[in-house]
Amino acid sequence: MCLGVPGRIVEVYTEDGVRMGRVDFGGITRAACLEYTPEADVGSWVVIHVGFAISVVDEEEARRAYELLAEMGNLEDIDLPQSPEGVRAEDYRPGGPR
Amino acid sequence: MRFIDEYRDDRIARALIEEIHRTATRPWTLMEVCGGQTHTLIRQGIDELLAPTITLVHGPGCPVCVTPLALIDEAIAIAKRPDAILCSFGDMLRVPGSSEDLLMARAAGGDVRVVYSPLDALEVARRNPDRTVVFFAVGFETTAPANAMAVLQAARLGIENFALLVAHVLVPPAIVAILVSPGNRVQGFLAPGHVCAVQGWREYEPLAREYRVPIVVTGFEPVDLLEGILMVVRQLEEGRHEVENQYVRAVRRDGNRAAQAVVAEVFETCDRAWRGIGVIPKSGLRLRAPYRRFDAEVRFPREGAPASESEICMAGAVLTGRVRPDQCPAYGTRCTPSSPLGAPMVSSEGACAAYFLAGRPPAEVPA
Repeated sequence: MCLGVPGRIVEVYTEDGVRMGRVDFGGITRAACLEYTPEADVGSWVVIHVGFAISVVDEEEARRAYELLAEMGNLEDIDLPQSPEGVRAEDYRPGGPR
Repeated sequence: MRFIDEYRDDRIARALIEEIHRTATRPWTLMEVCGGQTHTLIRQGIDELLAPTITLVHGPGCPVCVTPLALIDEAIAIAKRPDAILCSFGDMLRVPGSSEDLLMARAAGGDVRVVYSPLDALEVARRNPDRTVVFFAVGFETTAPANAMAVLQAARLGIENFALLVAHVLVPPAIVAILVSPGNRVQGFLAPGHVCAVQGWREYEPLAREYRVPIVVTGFEPVDLLEGILMVVRQLEEGRHEVENQYVRAVRRDGNRAAQAVVAEVFETCDRAWRGIGVIPKSGLRLRAPYRRFDAEVRFPREGAPASESEICMAGAVLTGRVRPDQCPAYGTRCTPSSPLGAPMVSSEGACAAYFLAGRPPAEVPA
């Protein structure tokens, strides 16, 4: 029930006075309500639960924490999965969303 | 997928398992609160890799499992009304009521629709103005903002034929109920990451202090869970009892304030019965007075005799970690996912279903 899936916002729009967006999950996009993540914009990673963004992924914190884990696992290179191909090139912002 | 795949890396998982075994100098018993976490732990066999040093007991964090029988019966009764449409998450459809489930109600002609989001149910209401559309609002703090927004939108847009059948429950009162229960053996908790994405972890700090238990906010992938377990074990070994956050990529101490504000506008806390456990004070949410007209229990007052539970099912003991699913005498025999006696065998978050789907045999010594 409390399933939350990270996805990347590819479009933001307003519907019935509510902030909505299209979110890409590894190539599949779905509509989601962005009302609870006013700071998130196109390019942001958000955690989606029952059609609502409930949290903006902190990419810096994620990288810092993962580097420690990778070190522990003796991973020689931190090969993080890249953005899904379903995201259009013009939506991509170098340096991540802020 | 990014932020998922890298947390399934077996090299990191193995290193964490070794580190947990190195760190623990004696046996410890931990509870993972959320049913989603239970499923990952059992499916990956993490509990077996950590035994016998670390015992994982499974918590009540399965909203489908703890929704009271009377509310399931109420949902079924609403579904059968010709003037109503019942919308629900798919998980609820096969949860046994006292004599049938929602799937049977649908087969008998009831209009039961599975939706992905409460906003989808609101859309059903907009398209069917001559019928009352009831959304079965089950869930923990994670789901409350979505349901609150649906009610707020119904009020704003004047969609008065929309209602919620509210079965909302809260995690911290359940943790307290477990800690004060006689024979409690839980020494540390993995707190549910997505509940805390909404609520933050401030409300867990007094619990950690008062009951002297480590609580670590933890994510849902195998590496997340193993790191969370390691953090709890480190605290236990060092005699600390604090709230720590493993799930840093998604959870902040204050949680999501925008979501909390809308939940507080629409809902207020109330005492609530948990299926298999009983009434826990201040453990649920109900609609505030200005929104009570959207309450399905107000629109369709409950009829009929009070419901009674299966006498065989041990769901209550399973949900509070007193009995392991495979220790129930009905496990895998009279109770299976295709013919469940209790909700934990149905739900994708139920502990009994987790054991069954992982092919765990019945325990040699039943409870």
